[in-house]
Amino acid sequence: MIYLDHNATTPVHPRVFDAMVPYLRERFGNASSFYRLGRSARKALEESRARVAGCIHADPREIIFTGSGTESDNLAVRGPVLALREKGNHVITSAVEHHAVLKTCESLEKEGCRVTYLPVDSGGRVDPDDVRKSITPQTVLVSIMYANNETGVIQPVAEIGAIAREQGVLFHTDAVQAAGKIPIDAGELHADLLSVSAHKMYGPKGVGALFVRQGTPLFPQVTGGPHERGLRAGTENIANIVGLAEAFTLASGGLEAAATRLAQLRDRLEKRILESIGGVRINGVSAPRVPNTSNISFLSIDGESLLLHLDLKNIYASSGSACTTGSAAPSAVLLAMGVAAREAQGAIRFSLGAENSEQDIDATVAALQEATQRLRSISSIRDE
Amino acid sequence: MEKKTDDWKHLYTDTPAEEEQGPVVFYNDTVIDHFTNPRNVGEMSDELADGYALVGDPECGDQMKLWIIVEEGRIFDVRFKSYGCPGAIATSSMATVLAQGKTLEEAKLLTDDDVVAALDGIPEHKKHCSLLGVNALLAAIEDFEQKQRSSKPERT
Repeated sequence: MIYLDHNATTPVHPRVFDAMVPYLRERFGNASSFYRLGRSARKALEESRARVAGCIHADPREIIFTGSGTESDNLAVRGPVLALREKGNHVITSAVEHHAVLKTCESLEKEGCRVTYLPVDSGGRVDPDDVRKSITPQTVLVSIMYANNETGVIQPVAEIGAIAREQGVLFHTDAVQAAGKIPIDAGELHADLLSVSAHKMYGPKGVGALFVRQGTPLFPQVTGGPHERGLRAGTENIANIVGLAEAFTLASGGLEAAATRLAQLRDRLEKRILESIGGVRINGVSAPRVPNTSNISFLSIDGESLLLHLDLKNIYASSGSACTTGSAAPSAVLLAMGVAAREAQGAIRFSLGAENSEQDIDATVAALQEATQRLRSISSIRDE
Repeated sequence: MEKKTDDWKHLYTDTPAEEEQGPVVFYNDTVIDHFTNPRNVGEMSDELADGYALVGDPECGDQMKLWIIVEEGRIFDVRFKSYGCPGAIATSSMATVLAQGKTLEEAKLLTDDDVVAALDGIPEHKKHCSLLGVNALLAAIEDFEQKQRSSKPERT
């Protein structure tokens, strides 16, 4: 097996798994219980909160645990909009956000909000000036992702955060694809809200966190108890939360070494594909990217056909984001970057991770070479 | 070259669950066979082909070119080229297999359901792909008949 889809999900790191196990077995207590078993769960919860806060240079009181990155995004977008209804009803986001933000904004539109979807340039980046120009007295929130899930392109979030702060507008960044890949400093980003997810960084699925700067008005989305300062009700999933903290700490500790290694593997992949397979375009290559992600269009070929050839050789990559495969539509992210529909149809996302080796990269390039040759020999179009 | 670290050894040594072994679940073996080894792939020159069709739109995800040679009212030879998803490629291939050797009247009765049945089924959301091959075949026959009407003699 060669797994090259780490932006979809990652394997759980053995050390993360080991850290979680006691909370699924003997330390099963409810963190709200007053007796010792509950207190040990409470202790693990608060230690995890401090560890997650440390990873993004925040205060532990600014961390809310949720059930997923998507839930964090929902709370971060809906929460302030509902809490600030008196002030206004305008939200600014981008055309390349993950569906967790995009679909939430669309649902807010149905509820009477006005949403501005900012365009991106050919590199996939939002122009901070566009953010400044779009802010009106009714604007309550700017939500721009840190790194794109499909292309790995990093947005100028610190600049955008500074503009929002200066204009007195809340700023949320969906950092799900940045966390564990590049350093995150919530303060430097001027972020009021910042979402992360465990399973994108060798942690378990089903747990996320939301950084909420102290004093940020937020209307809870899940009600039913005092958990997480009343912002997210539900008995805390201690094992998963411990897993998130362990995974984030592990990733943050070796960030620089991992980034260098992944960038080398990614560059090797791109260089060999460019050399040995003509007719390819690397999407987002002109912009800064997280080190593990490469989005490549193979001309005259449908991406799904290429993926199936790889699948038959136990090589796993994806086209677009994992949630949209099965629908024939080309990636909206690539179209927003001005990539032609036919090129977008032939786009494959390779997202590398800790367990990949140079051998994996070379075997993948060999498989791609064979598959593109086959598919191009039967293709009725010739764009390359 | 660097080695895989011990941390991830279990991913490569542990046996995958039973349902992960064997054929690809999404497409059956027949579809995979026609996808990896499509039959009747090729092109024909205008002089050689009696009928030609271009259907689909690559902007919308798939396109097919199909050529036929007609001898004594039968499809003597058929060739195609397709751009598209695995479903489009496999159904294109199967449509040409079904068309080969049929009389024009028989070929005109072929439906997308016949193509899907001959492939032992394809996933529900890929059923629309099977129209590609049938539509190309019908259009190529139409092209041939139109040329006949404008008095191009049929090969004998």
